Amino acid sequence: MKVAIASTGNTLDSNIDSSFGRCAWFIIIDTESGGMEFIPNTNRDMEEHVGRVAVELVSLRNVSMIVSGDFGQKIKPMLDSMHIQMVVIKDSQKKISDIVELLNNRRK
Amino acid sequence: MSARIRRPRKILNPPSIKGFKPFGIDPEMKSSKGSVNLLFEEYEALRLRDYDGLNHHQASLMMNVSRPTFTRIYAAALQKVATAFVEGRQMTIEGGKVYFDSDWHQCNACECYFSHPHKQLPIEECPLCGSKEISEFDFPEENNQMQNERDKCICSQCQYEQIHQSGVPCKEEVCPECGHFMKRKGGPGRRGRKMKGI
Repeated sequence: MKVAIASTGNTLDSNIDSSFGRCAWFIIIDTESGGMEFIPNTNRDMEEHVGRVAVELVSLRNVSMIVSGDFGQKIKPMLDSMHIQMVVIKDSQKKISDIVELLNNRRK
Repeated sequence: MSARIRRPRKILNPPSIKGFKPFGIDPEMKSSKGSVNLLFEEYEALRLRDYDGLNHHQASLMMNVSRPTFTRIYAAALQKVATAFVEGRQMTIEGGKVYFDSDWHQCNACECYFSHPHKQLPIEECPLCGSKEISEFDFPEENNQMQNERDKCICSQCQYEQIHQSGVPCKEEVCPECGHFMKRKGGPGRRGRKMKGI
């Protein structure tokens, strides 16, 4: 299973971003192989449709779950119809490494 | 000028089947007509109105369309179901301009909220931490103006206020404080009396 996380930076010490479309980096984690991919969000300064572009970007990598601080009104129905699970973490101090740890513990 | 863009209809529960097939058709009567295509939104309208027993106004709020639009979708649904019944045709359920809305759940262990896109599977554990301590959670609807600026019923005697239930006329509500009938707050008042004066 592949999981995408919206992050404020490109290290494991970065925090989770409070928005999905305008986050700084996407981190794609493969829970089976443990592989990680860091993708910079180059579209974050666009005025409109950042959410849709972001969904297209991560759906190309076949993720089945997205973790973020929040999701916009436009992309919630999009992700629902694509059967991608959304996980909202309101605690903005949560680090990426914490989430990775949680996911890895669940696998065992 | 082009037509106005159709507002997408919200579907809460997609159908568990893809269609219906008639049985026991007379081979001589067998028609060459194709199947009737019931749209997802029409299925949802039937479900809300006839299965869940909501009225058109309540159902239209659930589907995020106006009340007249819901009535039109519902009428189209009845027409198609009747056609399939009378002419013994197959019915397929697909298509339509819809989006699916999922129910949200909350994990009490890691304090996250998550959606559940695969409705047919039961929810057992938190997708993040695997904890079994999960509860149902309703996101406050931010875009639904009907929810935010709710109408209120007010008691004509003691000015007690309560939130108006859509589909139930205010004048049929009874004030829990003093037992008088209620009326809509800021409503047009008794229009009938004005009309008599003209």
